[in-house]
Amino acid sequence: MDSIKQFASTFFVTGDPMIYGADVSIVLVSVAILFYLTKFKKWGWLWREWLTTVDHKKIGIMYLIAALLMLFRGGVDAILMRIQLAAPNMKFLESQHYNEIFTTHGTIMILFMAMPLIFAMFNIVVPLQIGARDVAFPFLNAVSFWLFFMGAMLLNLSFVIGGSPDSGWTSYPPLSELGFSNGPGENYYLLSILISGIGSTATGINFLVTILKMRAPGMKLMKTPMFSWSVLATCIMILYAFPALTVALILLFIDRIGGAHFFTLTGGGNPMMFINLFWIWGHPEVYIVILPAFGIFSEVVSTFSKKRLFGYTSMVLALVSISIIGFFTWVHHFFTMGAGADVNAFFAIATMAVAIPTGVKVFNWLFTMFRGRISLTQPMLWTLAFIPCFAIGGATGVMLSVAPADYQYHNSYFLIAHFHQVLIGGVVFGMFAGLYYWWPKMFGFKLNDRLGKWSFWLWNIGFYVCFMPQYALGFMGMTRRIYVYGWDRGWAPLNMVSTIGAFLMGIGFIVMVWQIIYSIKHGERDTTGDPWGGRTLEWSIPSPAPLYNFAEIPVVKSRDAWFEMKEEMAQPGYQKKPVHIEPIHMPKNSGIPFFMAVFFFIGGFGAVFEWYWMAIPGLIGIFACLFARSFQYDTDYYIPVEEVEATESALGRL
Amino acid sequence: MKPSRFKKPFSIAALLAGLTVLLSGCSDQYPVLNPVGPVGQEELHLIKLSTVLVAIVIIPVLILLAIIVYRYRDKKGNTAPYQPNWDHSTKLEYLWWGIPIVIIAILGTFTAKSTFSLTKPPVESADIKPLVIQVTSLDWKWVFTYPDQKIATVNYAEIPAGVPVQFQLTADSPMNSFWIPALGGQEYAMPGMDMRLWLQADKIGTFDGNGANFTGEGFAHMDFKVVSKSEADFNAWVSDVKKNSPALTVDGYNKLTEKGTAEPQTFSSYPEGLYENTVDKNGGMYMKHDMSNMSGMENMPSMAK
Ligand code: HEM
Ligand SMILES: [Cu+2]
Repeated sequence: MDSIKQFASTFFVTGDPMIYGADVSIVLVSVAILFYLTKFKKWGWLWREWLTTVDHKKIGIMYLIAALLMLFRGGVDAILMRIQLAAPNMKFLESQHYNEIFTTHGTIMILFMAMPLIFAMFNIVVPLQIGARDVAFPFLNAVSFWLFFMGAMLLNLSFVIGGSPDSGWTSYPPLSELGFSNGPGENYYLLSILISGIGSTATGINFLVTILKMRAPGMKLMKTPMFSWSVLATCIMILYAFPALTVALILLFIDRIGGAHFFTLTGGGNPMMFINLFWIWGHPEVYIVILPAFGIFSEVVSTFSKKRLFGYTSMVLALVSISIIGFFTWVHHFFTMGAGADVNAFFAIATMAVAIPTGVKVFNWLFTMFRGRISLTQPMLWTLAFIPCFAIGGATGVMLSVAPADYQYHNSYFLIAHFHQVLIGGVVFGMFAGLYYWWPKMFGFKLNDRLGKWSFWLWNIGFYVCFMPQYALGFMGMTRRIYVYGWDRGWAPLNMVSTIGAFLMGIGFIVMVWQIIYSIKHGERDTTGDPWGGRTLEWSIPSPAPLYNFAEIPVVKSRDAWFEMKEEMAQPGYQKKPVHIEPIHMPKNSGIPFFMAVFFFIGGFGAVFEWYWMAIPGLIGIFACLFARSFQYDTDYYIPVEEVEATESALGRL
Repeated sequence: MKPSRFKKPFSIAALLAGLTVLLSGCSDQYPVLNPVGPVGQEELHLIKLSTVLVAIVIIPVLILLAIIVYRYRDKKGNTAPYQPNWDHSTKLEYLWWGIPIVIIAILGTFTAKSTFSLTKPPVESADIKPLVIQVTSLDWKWVFTYPDQKIATVNYAEIPAGVPVQFQLTADSPMNSFWIPALGGQEYAMPGMDMRLWLQADKIGTFDGNGANFTGEGFAHMDFKVVSKSEADFNAWVSDVKKNSPALTVDGYNKLTEKGTAEPQTFSSYPEGLYENTVDKNGGMYMKHDMSNMSGMENMPSMAK
């Protein structure tokens, strides 16, 4: 009995009212969901329509929901930290608790919020935009999603079971090694990222092949829409960057469970190796999340300026050069680690060089608007807010890249302000722009304008109020990752201001959720499939798109393919060509991706606690799924012509 | 939406940025902007230079954005030109590839120059004998040992003004970063490594120092004071410490390595070779071996002699 008690008190995180609160709400929410599903007989629906789906549109929506949930979790972390820092000597959070929170905040926001959010956009948009019926490997796509999902669940579980990681999202050894981080927390970090990382790598492969091989006839690479171009560049970066992270994390895990010494100096290893590997992934990673946002802005700016995108070739060149130079800048994250002056100078200049193509893109967006007709719709508002915010964030990035000056900025709030400015002002604003833009395409209705503007202004004002003071705090010598500070250094007023800004953004998020709920009922319905006067192929089909996307694969003649088609149709004497429908080849749903991810979760959980009796069956389960799939031959089917015709005429398209 | 409302974020940003600069001009709460030594000054010079250079790009962007959004908004009766098919201009594209390239070239040149010069002792005082202070990051306190004076301190250091100080940095704990913003930038203190950081105070005064790289639970309490004094006062302080403070024994040091925070302390002596042994014990012996097999490592601060 005592041993059970003993086990339970270390297994479950105990002693903190906030965590008990979380326990209770997790149980309540789970019970409510189970009750709802059973009462309304939704189990079959959930299984058939979502858990086993291989449809990119549904996978995209699941990514989106998961990402927004993670944004909420990471946002709560942020608010808790800002409360603790609002005034000197606060007693709101203990050191240990604060350390866990900033670690999970960073990890969740980058890997379990930003990544799924960009993958949501990939999935929702790319096949529609290039005139394809699905991605290249729909089954693999489902595997990617479920691996991400289970990885995210694993990390979130650490909050209530075993304890969260606490050595920062960068997790530098030796702090993250045994001796300094003994509990299961660090293992949660390693395994959750490893599991979701497999999914990310597979997504990179999937969309790379999709864009290279599945574009509609006539869509030459240089006629591909800019968002799809940005996804292509991103996928190439994913393929080169993620292996470095995977290696770093696996080696650290072997250090921890196998007593190896890859990253401990005592024993002949070298922690600096981890730091290098981490940032060889880490720097490209920040561009992995920003490039798709660049793609979204390009689409939005052109649509809502009613003008072609300015400097298409330059834009492509800029994307490609960012994705190449982005791999030669990683040392700027540790100029102060004692590399020689020659090394630091090289990486400083390479880092500054990334700013050149980035700046070029900004000018091209400006000149897309120049001599256009700008309508301030919600997607356009977020885009217009992005430009100044990102310009300032990029500018402080260039300041940080001046190696000797970085000795003063490094690890200070100046750095914190920089990367939040590019991540929120760039990635988050970008994904919001995309969300509002493609929302009607996903769900068939627009999001309410009035609430959207409230949310927009709360986010924007909140952002500047929160992060501008942090640049100043950096100059005052305030370092990151401290849970408490005294009165003596004069940091109090600006920290209070910053906390107020964080709350404004929090309210902005709540208004946004409310806006979504409100619009489900009252949002303006989109019956045309082209609510914004779009220019690319996704707007040529109904909203939401039918299962097979295109009844007939379109033939592309120019960059703004749909715009061109519309012009053609508007010509006097235009004759509608008869639609020629053939049976459509589609992939079958499968439960294997879900089960495989569940086994990953079981194996991962076992590995976190080093319970081999659990880890090994998990691993066997994974291989069993792979095996089962290898001998599955009945994986696809045809939608008969009549069914396509019926669907199309019901949508008013025949 | 009226376009005028849209300008709000910019004005807020400008206001806050302006406020920041204003506050900074007249207050020593901003040590990075009011450095008291040549290293911090050179870094500040680069901070200013880079701010001006990026402003050359940013300010036109912000102005252009405001003008364009205002002038080309979609409103009935807007007479501004509308050219929906105008999507290319070689001249303009050269312009905005060219300007950033020039700016980055200028900034890059200055950056490279300073990067090399800051690995040397601060120039202004090349003929004064530098002071060496060895710094060890422990969980969660700093130990300073003065090899020439043979004294030791915890979470507190004194230095003579006008004399270059070479800090030698290591850790007997996870990796930290040693930062005294008023004097200049930080450098990592890593277990098993012996890092070098030049700093110098030109004025007398008391300055705040921090650990800057997260090391765990007590990390936030790793702040310390650095007092710069005239050379005579500094020497008086050293002899006072030698006379009146207890010795730091091996046991005493081992106590310090236990997890916990500490108050400032001074010690009249410390075990011979304490710092060197700490480096070696944490893996320094492997580092030396690795490094001697590599060429081109002369620039490593840890190797500079
Ligand atoms: C204009 C281009 C950019 C430049 C020149 C630049 C430069 C830098 C430099 C030099 C650092 C290291 C500073 C230090 O640790 O002392 C840094 C940190 C960082 N940057 Fe940027 N950056 C740019 C754009 C971006 C973008 C677009 C993102 C993300 C969307 C981003 C995200 C980050 C993050 C997350 C960190 C810090 C990570 C950490 O230490 O936890 N940056 N940046
Ligand atoms: Cu970077």
